[in-house]
Amino acid sequence: MNYKRLTILCGHYGSGKTNIAVNMAFDLRMQRERVAVADLDIVNPYFRSKDSLKDFEERGIRLICSDFASSNVDLPSMPADLYSITDDRGLSVILDIGGDDRGALALGRLKELIMEENDYEMLMVINRFRPLTPDAESTVEVMREIEYACGIPFSGIINNSNLAEETTAEDVLDSMKYAEEVSALSHLPVVLTTVKESLYDELKDKIHPLMGMTLQKKPI
Amino acid sequence: MSDKILMKGNEAIAEAAIIAGCRHYFGYPITPQTEIAAYMAKKMPKIGGCFLQAESEIAAINMVYGVSSAGKRVMTSSSSPGVSLKGEGLSYLAGSDLPALIVNVQRGGPGLGGIQPSQSDYFQSTRGGGHGDYHMIVLAPASVQEMADLTVKGFELADTYRMTSMILADGTMGQMMEPVSLDFDVKPEIEKPWATTGTKMAREHNIVNSLSLVPEELEEFNFKRYDRYKVIEENETMFEEYMTEDADIVLAAFGIAARVSKNAVDEARKMGIKAGLIRPITLWPFPKAPFKAAAEHCKAFISVELSMGQMIEDVKLASECRRPVYLCNRAGGMIPDPKQVLDSIIKVNGGNN
Repeated sequence: MNYKRLTILCGHYGSGKTNIAVNMAFDLRMQRERVAVADLDIVNPYFRSKDSLKDFEERGIRLICSDFASSNVDLPSMPADLYSITDDRGLSVILDIGGDDRGALALGRLKELIMEENDYEMLMVINRFRPLTPDAESTVEVMREIEYACGIPFSGIINNSNLAEETTAEDVLDSMKYAEEVSALSHLPVVLTTVKESLYDELKDKIHPLMGMTLQKKPI
Repeated sequence: MSDKILMKGNEAIAEAAIIAGCRHYFGYPITPQTEIAAYMAKKMPKIGGCFLQAESEIAAINMVYGVSSAGKRVMTSSSSPGVSLKGEGLSYLAGSDLPALIVNVQRGGPGLGGIQPSQSDYFQSTRGGGHGDYHMIVLAPASVQEMADLTVKGFELADTYRMTSMILADGTMGQMMEPVSLDFDVKPEIEKPWATTGTKMAREHNIVNSLSLVPEELEEFNFKRYDRYKVIEENETMFEEYMTEDADIVLAAFGIAARVSKNAVDEARKMGIKAGLIRPITLWPFPKAPFKAAAEHCKAFISVELSMGQMIEDVKLASECRRPVYLCNRAGGMIPDPKQVLDSIIKVNGGNN
């Protein structure tokens, strides 16, 4: 995949943003020397990019993240080094924006700087199998809420439709119609489809572009 | 395409409640159950229901009391410290024989504790939660699918027996995501001739109240309530047994502890140790029969809990102390891993393997 300097991942919670952010960072690190993941979730204290800290450190990927993420301190807080995302223009960053529209408010703080530099993709992660985004209308509604909260318009869509371990190739292929409907309604391209690694070979000739992902380890 | 959807445990409870006909939710946010309130806030206005974030847990439980009096399906949800605040309301609901669904997605305690998963509200839930002689029906899900299934079941039992059902989950059950089928056969809601729905000048007033000024009368209410509890103990007890028929070592565990224990049983069997698991699904009424039966042939029980050992007392009572009962536990938000449980099985079995 071709990356801009900033790749911003937004979406309904549980759509798979963090897992994609982690896998994208691994991919991006193969292309570039200085890579960071920025975890700006101010809502959910669980299932954070920080759970993959060891994997980041092994690959020389920097984590920009609140000290309280994945801790017992249930505090909405921003990372102290937040502004290195926009100030350090030699750094390529995957931004993991959790927590729906409320979470996207935090991103709004960086809006002017991000749009002025204009080297970013703002991607909406969608999953047809999540209860509040089962169709194009409801999904675009969530998109609009996020855009309204952070002030940055989306530039593309990532189809991450999955049922966790139970996902079949057929589920993913069927979800392409949904992704196209979201695309038509929002006038935005589907820039990527993501699947668990074990489905990659079966689907790589049928879906373009496709990314196979290792699942982020759960804390237990 | 699969007819399943990918849900968090908390979302599964919320959606199942809506499918069960619940149109009134009152609550106050607390981790790790906030997604229930967030889901209701999004969904209720779209289906003509009422989501209301109360000023406190105490206000929320009393709103539940009001709607239940009017005969409608109603629920609230919270986590451990918030459920303690609801204690007075739970007792008033019991004293007024009102049905309701209460969800407790437990976190570590006591006090404000932490936000990691726990099962240390077992005593509080199975012994009532508030003051006075009463019980709640306590349901303990061990998967996201069961979070949904037992929510529907909880409303049905609450209406049938005019009492509170509680979903007693833990933080992991609330937060984990699994595929769920929401294809339920919801039974039609039963008539509630006692509800305060307006007399239309055609009947006597219905009065919902927990105050009794005549002690003889109050005693009679308590007797009748306990007659009903006897029927529930006979008819509504639920549990799952796993490889217990020939088991020497029988584990007792519910919720996330049961999932860990099942893995440990499999590992023990591979080593040639005859281990098994009894998983209570109703914590009240507690499934006494399988423990009594297992005590006939097993060498010992191990109660696996995310607490300092609470269900262990019921295991001892149910097995009538005929075999030793050991504890394998973590507390304060920690979860025992399968290895800890396996080590415990090996030790209790005599350490020969």
